[in-house]
Amino acid sequence: MTPAQLTEASFASYPAKARQIAVSSLPLLQQLPLGFAPFLLKEIRDADVKFPVEFRELEDQLAYLRAMSAERLAKEMRPFAGLTLNAALESSDWVNVPGQFLEQLSAHLWASHQMDGFRSASETYVRQFHASLTAVPLPGPRVGIVLAGQGMSRMPNRPVFVKLAREGTLFTQVKPGDGIAVVRAALEERAVKHPAPYAHWNLDGGTASELKGFSSVGYGQLAPVRDALAAKMLAAYEARPFDPEMLRTNLARTTFQSLGIQPTGDAPLDHFSLTLLTEGSGTQIYSTTFVQWAAREALRRAQPLTLFSRYAPRQREKPMNELLSGNRTSSAQETDPNGSFIDSEMGAYYTWLNQQRLSGADQSRFLVWLENQGVAVVISPAHRRAAVDSSPVELSDLARKVLLS
Amino acid sequence: MPRCLASSAREIAQAISHSRRDFLRNATGATLAGAILKPYALGAQAAFLKQKAVVVTFGGGARDDETFAPDGQQNIPHMLKDLAPRSTFFTQVVNRGILGHYVATASIVTGVYETFNNFAAVSPGNPTVFEYFRKDLRRPATDAWVIAPSNGFNRIGESSCKGYGPGLGAGVILPKRLLATALTAGNGEAFDHLLRDNYESSAYSPIIGGTDVEMQQLLEVMKLSVSDFLSRARNLASPDELSVYIARQLMHRLAPSLLWITLHDIDVAHSGAYSLYLEGIQRSDRLCAEIWNAIQAEPEYANKTTMFILPDFGRDSDLSAGGNGFQHHRTGDATSRTTWMMVLGPNVHENTIVDRPVESTDLVPTLGSLLGFDARMCQGKPLREVL
Repeated sequence: MTPAQLTEASFASYPAKARQIAVSSLPLLQQLPLGFAPFLLKEIRDADVKFPVEFRELEDQLAYLRAMSAERLAKEMRPFAGLTLNAALESSDWVNVPGQFLEQLSAHLWASHQMDGFRSASETYVRQFHASLTAVPLPGPRVGIVLAGQGMSRMPNRPVFVKLAREGTLFTQVKPGDGIAVVRAALEERAVKHPAPYAHWNLDGGTASELKGFSSVGYGQLAPVRDALAAKMLAAYEARPFDPEMLRTNLARTTFQSLGIQPTGDAPLDHFSLTLLTEGSGTQIYSTTFVQWAAREALRRAQPLTLFSRYAPRQREKPMNELLSGNRTSSAQETDPNGSFIDSEMGAYYTWLNQQRLSGADQSRFLVWLENQGVAVVISPAHRRAAVDSSPVELSDLARKVLLS
Repeated sequence: MPRCLASSAREIAQAISHSRRDFLRNATGATLAGAILKPYALGAQAAFLKQKAVVVTFGGGARDDETFAPDGQQNIPHMLKDLAPRSTFFTQVVNRGILGHYVATASIVTGVYETFNNFAAVSPGNPTVFEYFRKDLRRPATDAWVIAPSNGFNRIGESSCKGYGPGLGAGVILPKRLLATALTAGNGEAFDHLLRDNYESSAYSPIIGGTDVEMQQLLEVMKLSVSDFLSRARNLASPDELSVYIARQLMHRLAPSLLWITLHDIDVAHSGAYSLYLEGIQRSDRLCAEIWNAIQAEPEYANKTTMFILPDFGRDSDLSAGGNGFQHHRTGDATSRTTWMMVLGPNVHENTIVDRPVESTDLVPTLGSLLGFDARMCQGKPLREVL
């Protein structure tokens, strides 16, 4: 099937909102090449579980493409139309399972040495689309806060947060005071000040405590989902023959219901949590990877105004089958706090990089604190880069300045 | 859809090369190769006969950020202080092929960018370096060996190419397969840390079964009993340590002229745990020095062996929005395609840097010029700076 052959009936299996968008976009979709249409359909198919910002971005993208003349659209699509695809791709069910098509397309582009050209075309397209958008003013500066080092008995004997310290001010005498309670109070105050759905996020490598006004995702709360998925993955590995493509397809189709788990009633958030585990690599086994990837995905998809992430010690490294086995013995629960802190230093750096990819980057603020120790880094327009401040400062003061000023 | 890059690929590539080159110059007083190039000198067949080569690849690329860049230097003390000053160092080794470990290693081994599915159990389509070596020089099967991780590398030793193929390639040792076989009669729990496989996406491969015959043959070659082998293995910390242990046994017992070792611990990076990735780099650094020291200590190898060390490719840049930094190598950006190579040996200039871009497919024709065979079907060109 080619995009030109699409009809309204092609989207019969789509969820309600997705079907409505696809049908109303049919004339546009019919003009797109096969090297591009499934990318857009993948976004459309998830419309029912999109966060407000990404739904608006989908609408903007459709409007951007619809506004083009036929000639302009053909010109924009030329690099994608020029891709040489194979018969297997052309005959696959790219309408109903666009994600699977995109995986196969990626493998084909690598094998046929078309990946570099495709990557370049994609970047050009995205750049031009973003340039066409009118910037929407944020209600306040974006803020990221990361807490790292939970479970460490002592301060590492080396400089910490090295990459982040180059971007802001390193505070070396932070007085924790009431510690995390202070930070949490300031976070809730901020959510009251800027109320909006999915604008404030609370990610935790342990069990996420409730924060009013925040969307919360905790590695601990997802233990039943992780266990169910791990059992599924382990069974697939032990099957003969092992079929990784089938496993990926099955994971992509997984829902809370199919795992026998009661949804929370927040469909976008449930879908988000599940995809962290079905699409992420290592998120199923290491809580540090989970928090880093969750922060990346929350920033990419929901573009939050506030992102609070807290790392917890991950389990020690073991053979993959044991990591997946869901073994809850004391040996399986053994943690690696020092290694986890190194993971979280890099994770915090990536969170800051991802925050800086969003609008308002020049006004954004970022705070990372080594829990219960005297070290923090603050990055904001008001703080000098690569500076060290060794004067005593209260954590509450730092947090309130970052969150509420 | 992928998002925009923070800076252009060219800028990133230049930064990589620049920082690495400057660091090496500052740290070792290295000179540029252009000033001291010698003409091809090793034309005599007699010279070829004495030559040996050991190639070490890191299956699981290591980025500049964690190795030769200032932040990474603490992870590679042996390569930096012991090996780099003795080497000719290529600052830009570009891999233009598919960035999957098996297919990339196959491409390095054949000198042709192979295009098969990374997770498929297939032989390379083009002749391997081992087949060129053995066929052209009429070498026995015991003179070329590969030691590789177990995930699909069992076909890396010989190609499916007409005129080459079965019987003409290298012996392939998959240490984890060997250990798994040895454990069928014993308690395996003490060895779980050596049996772990790769972490790439959800498609990790279970350990494939071996046969007692194969294991017995290999242990016989190494003059080890099963219990001795298990006893030694028990004290090793990782699969790569097991690989190097086996490599040393092979060097000591058989002294193959062409030995290819693929390390793989670094690929734990796919799990997203940065600390484990760093540990993998630190271990690879130590093991490379151990292999070099073994070469110097073995009379069959000392003063006649050229050693090549190179990652099969890099990993994604922190600045590529479409990737997730060190965790994967999926974007095809400059950082994931560009890596380095270190060459050490009696006929190799020490403390020398080569800035020009070369390709990972250049290794096989270089080995051909060094050992005296014709890699006639490969795409790369011999690296004149080390010949």
